[in-house]
Amino acid sequence: MEKYILPDIRDLHRIDVYEAHGGYSALRKALQMKPEEVTDEVKKSGLRGRGGACFPTGLKWTFMPKSRGAGSQTTGQSKMTKYLCVNGDESEPGTFKDRQIFEFNPHLMIEGTLIAAYAMGVSISYIYVRGEYAKWIKMIEKALHDAYAKGYVGQKILGSDFSTEVLVHKGAGAYICGEESALMNSIEGGRGYPRLRPPFPAQFGLWGCPTTINNVETISNVPLIIKNGWEWYSRIGAAKHPGPILVGVSGHVNKPGVYEMPTGVPLLEIIHKYAGGVPGNKAIKAVIPGGSSTMILRGEQLEGVCMDAESLKAAGSSVGTAGLIVMDEDTDLIKVLTRIAQFYYHESCGQCTPCREGTVWLWKVLKRFENGEGRMEDIDLLMDVANNIEGNTICALGDAAAWPVQSMIRRFRDEFEKRVQVPQPKRAEAVAV
Amino acid sequence: MLSEQNLKKLDELKKYYQTSQALVLPALWMVQEEHGFISEDAMKYVSQLLSVPFGHILGVVTFYTMFHPKAIGKHHIEVCTNVSCMLRGSGRLVEHLEKRLGIKMGETSKDKKWTLSETECMGSCGTAPMVAVGEEYYENLTPEQVDDILAKLERK
Repeated sequence: MEKYILPDIRDLHRIDVYEAHGGYSALRKALQMKPEEVTDEVKKSGLRGRGGACFPTGLKWTFMPKSRGAGSQTTGQSKMTKYLCVNGDESEPGTFKDRQIFEFNPHLMIEGTLIAAYAMGVSISYIYVRGEYAKWIKMIEKALHDAYAKGYVGQKILGSDFSTEVLVHKGAGAYICGEESALMNSIEGGRGYPRLRPPFPAQFGLWGCPTTINNVETISNVPLIIKNGWEWYSRIGAAKHPGPILVGVSGHVNKPGVYEMPTGVPLLEIIHKYAGGVPGNKAIKAVIPGGSSTMILRGEQLEGVCMDAESLKAAGSSVGTAGLIVMDEDTDLIKVLTRIAQFYYHESCGQCTPCREGTVWLWKVLKRFENGEGRMEDIDLLMDVANNIEGNTICALGDAAAWPVQSMIRRFRDEFEKRVQVPQPKRAEAVAV
Repeated sequence: MLSEQNLKKLDELKKYYQTSQALVLPALWMVQEEHGFISEDAMKYVSQLLSVPFGHILGVVTFYTMFHPKAIGKHHIEVCTNVSCMLRGSGRLVEHLEKRLGIKMGETSKDKKWTLSETECMGSCGTAPMVAVGEEYYENLTPEQVDDILAKLERK
């Protein structure tokens, strides 16, 4: 299939190359349309968020208040100022796709941001990028600088009445800031604590103003839709979850990396055709389809499962961020799960008791298994703790911590039982947390 | 505490945010870039500069893992040990680095030259295993390549 988000064009990160390949023509086209028409186009295209929740993007945009008033000017203090946050906090283990956009096609993201800003009457957009991506932040800033210089961003864009600002906001190392309401608190200069909803960001977002948060990859799909029309877009890939998708394949494969493909490609085809198969032709023991928080699947159940929201839901998992982690037959799944549990323990913000206390207990009990000291009753204990986190927290991090444990026990109970019956030698390796 | 240039930059940033509190992260980044870490005095300075309570600044510094309230070694080596890196041998890198530098994960060498930390997913899953030194990513690593990196840093 032709590639749209990461096409094989040399130096596409340069604005002149981007323009030579039709770059910023979608913005021109959008500025000729009414803002509602732009939103409508995105809504009809069927684009769903690529940040994990698969929420329909156009629908999300319609939640923003329609009044344009002060929203079209950088008046700063007005209550009607509207904001857009482009979420580039990408930190979910197994996810490394947005980084490719920053490096190889930053103008596509900037163009998408501008079109979204026009559609919603946004005055300022913040591209929130994780602090670890310092090198990529410089690339985005360079691209943004060039876009400003060419008049694509700023006052009276391309001779229209529309003015909007875009700037990069650097995070400082916190997975939770990828959660939309924590991200807003981080931009406001606070700890990354998620907020209780309702009120939703479109009613009460940054500084209490209407705000929309979209993932980097989601926003990068917008220019394609505007340029080629919603009908064209909706015909790519899976009907209920259309469009191109960036799939990051990691773990036990010969060619790990980010691959662009239409949604709906079978997982086995991704592993064998795109990522070159498993080293040594080993069997696949397990796959995490969409980043560490999505439910783990057994190798035997992969037949017919595709990389789209509906197919993965039917298989008992989710598409998440399309970060596919492949594990071969020799993988120590208890060790994998312990490491995942350690991650959520480290990244829990500490606001909600079930998550703050539950994640540490999941990790401690799993560590016991890893060290060969697990007890049979610990399997149910783990399940009990996970069930008491799930659904009982302000944000989805609690669920994200619970799902890997629940699914691992449900699908690989034998691994836990084996670990009780045949204790592994104690590992000396200490894990600093 | 902050250079004229950075103070000017902060001033320019003001118009993009509704409150001065929003400048806390940018200001702390500047402090850390200039001084290597964020001391208590620096936190008090930022607190006064932005008219934000000291307690809030302290809360922010201790919340984000990339902010260092204490001095760290000249070279901060971070090894990702999360799943994708683990499956591709980050354990060997950890072992090798600990042996080579004579310190454990989370420690700083006596001569203050090295700090070694375990880190969470850095977004290098497709190029695992990896270590980051400051802002630089080194990917697809073997223990031998780690030696080359250490030798290069040694000369700096």
